[in-house]
Amino acid sequence: MIVLIKRPTPSRFWAYTTPLLAVLATMIAGGLLFAALGKNPVEAIKVIFWDPLFGANAAYFRSQLLVKAAPLILIAAGLAVGFRAGIWNIGAEGQYIIGALCGASVALAAYPAESAWLFPAMVVAGLLGGFLWGMIPAALRVVFGTSEILVSLMLVYVAQNLLAYAAFGPLKNPQGYGFPGSRNLQQYPSAHNPELIAGTGAHWGVVAALIAVIGAYVLMHRHIAGFRIRVAGEAPRAARFAGVVPARLVVTCLGLSGALAGLAGLFEVSGPNGQITDSFNAGYGFTAIIVAFLGRLHPLGILLAGLLMALTYIGGDMAQLMLGLPAAAIQVFQGMLLFFLLGFDLLTNYRIRMTGAHA
Amino acid sequence: MNRRSFLTTTAATAVVAAAGLPARAADPLKVGFIYVGPVGDMGWSYQHDQGRQAIDKEYGDKVVTSFIESVPEGPDAERALTQLALEGNTLIFATSFGYMDAVMNVAAKFPNVKFEHATGYKRADNVSTYDARFYEGRAIQGTIAGRMTKTNKIGYIGSFPIPEVVQGINAAYIHAKKVNPDVEMKVVWAYTWFDPAKEADAAAALIAEGCDFVLQHTDSTAPQAKAQEAGNVYTFGQASDMPAFAPKPRVSSTIDHWDPYYIARVGAMLDGTWASQATWGGIGTGMVGIGEITSEVPEEVKAEALALKDKIASGEYHPFTGPLNKQDGSVWLAEGATPEDGDLAGMAFYVEGITAELPK
Repeated sequence: MIVLIKRPTPSRFWAYTTPLLAVLATMIAGGLLFAALGKNPVEAIKVIFWDPLFGANAAYFRSQLLVKAAPLILIAAGLAVGFRAGIWNIGAEGQYIIGALCGASVALAAYPAESAWLFPAMVVAGLLGGFLWGMIPAALRVVFGTSEILVSLMLVYVAQNLLAYAAFGPLKNPQGYGFPGSRNLQQYPSAHNPELIAGTGAHWGVVAALIAVIGAYVLMHRHIAGFRIRVAGEAPRAARFAGVVPARLVVTCLGLSGALAGLAGLFEVSGPNGQITDSFNAGYGFTAIIVAFLGRLHPLGILLAGLLMALTYIGGDMAQLMLGLPAAAIQVFQGMLLFFLLGFDLLTNYRIRMTGAHA
Repeated sequence: MNRRSFLTTTAATAVVAAAGLPARAADPLKVGFIYVGPVGDMGWSYQHDQGRQAIDKEYGDKVVTSFIESVPEGPDAERALTQLALEGNTLIFATSFGYMDAVMNVAAKFPNVKFEHATGYKRADNVSTYDARFYEGRAIQGTIAGRMTKTNKIGYIGSFPIPEVVQGINAAYIHAKKVNPDVEMKVVWAYTWFDPAKEADAAAALIAEGCDFVLQHTDSTAPQAKAQEAGNVYTFGQASDMPAFAPKPRVSSTIDHWDPYYIARVGAMLDGTWASQATWGGIGTGMVGIGEITSEVPEEVKAEALALKDKIASGEYHPFTGPLNKQDGSVWLAEGATPEDGDLAGMAFYVEGITAELPK
């Protein structure tokens, strides 16, 4: 029979190998799924992973990869800091929405005035919005000891209703013939977050994502604060002796991840999306949780994981189009990735020993 | 410094190649679709996909159709549309209101590709819009519900407070009231087009309030199932026929019948006569179909409903015919007057008699 033996310390080798194994296993299991649907599995995997990068029209799809990955990376980089400390912000989706709402509100209040100060003001508003929305679960946890997991998650639904209210009410485009949705910020030069270099897809959100990755790396691996955060997650009692104040940690982690999620929402609403609509949030806040874990909560890992996740979205659309794969099959495929990753995590923390049946 | 300049250069080859396709007889016309839901939603996206399959059937080897389903509105839609254009599709159907700005952006980058946007109001030289007068079907539903209701309470599951839905609520109410002055309309907003759980909750809430008719402007069959469970509650199929719930609770349906329009537009592409236009079809043009009225409906009510259908189809009767007042009591339409299509398209008020408040 198979016996699991806990490793005294997590295996470094497996920590780095399991994400690759998970991707490989996903390809194999996904290939089987696609084969069961009557599609050529090798062709399907190639369409998903290869064609967006190197196939026809790859220049366009590579730029879209950045557009799709930037919010994921930006949010995940913040979430990972909290996850390391054992503080579970599940509500990044809500913070993303509020960031976008605050940023867009600033722009729409100023419309149609043109000013170089407008976009920076929107950035500040988006950041603050996400930060304050993250402060609600932080404050409730610090003061009343509520679970930040539940509170942050529930606040997503509150944010969604605020979004719908804004799209149908105060932010509705007065020239939109009564249809819901705000003015399109892409058509408002001062508020638009454009492509910085034509054809690359890189807008300010991509820049911010890169800065966030570098910042998170410095914080977590080159700074005493990062050490404290990691200790708090791995050995909470020891951390207390080392002078970590739990309340301060909760506020820092939820505030940071909220602010970054808010920023991601702002860059999205002022850039690729352009509009506050009731369906503005496309699940980035939830997908970013997968990205954070796929990237091993390590900033550089998150960078790669975000790009990989974006690739499965873009390649998934291509597979639908070229091979007629159903969207649900693509979603199952993405789900497998997290499933295998968490499954293989076992190898990091446990040693597997085969023993005789009578042992 | 914008995406347009990049695309016109890099995509130019693809577009030029694609635009040349229909000219050569051997190459089929490529027609692409994006759907907001899964094709298996049995409602909105399902009906659009039926239209796509009708194109295949009609034109055979002359066309190749493909689709991307469950495309969220926003940048994902823009990417999916670009993808379809880059793949050489020269006629692209975008089948949700929320794709509007994405369609306009992509259409500007691919001037040689023709776009058809369902339920929107923005057009360009290569962008047409098309929509159905769903309110015509609601008039018939209102008549049946008004005649048959025992509790005098009719429930309506609204998706979003947009003109299309408001037209439907008003049309259903006006015609129910016409045959039953005691009728009351209750509206629950689900804020979704397709979410079986939310739709079931909305239906349960309306039934709990005593409604014995539940009209839905959402696309799943969940409200039908709730009504079935409750017993003496009736429904209408929405977007598709939903025959699985006939003869009860589903006593009739409004069917979005895109096939004739899609076949006509592909035909126009094939013979080179495609031009940008706005289409708003109804029962008369076949875009709105009325599903079978089941045996649960008394004969005389069925006859009344079918007579109304014929009068709407022939253009003899407009479901919004004055005298009609707005909810606040102010005059909307004078005796015998009918609204302009433009006014109707932006309808953002309830008619007099509805007590619910329209969300702003």
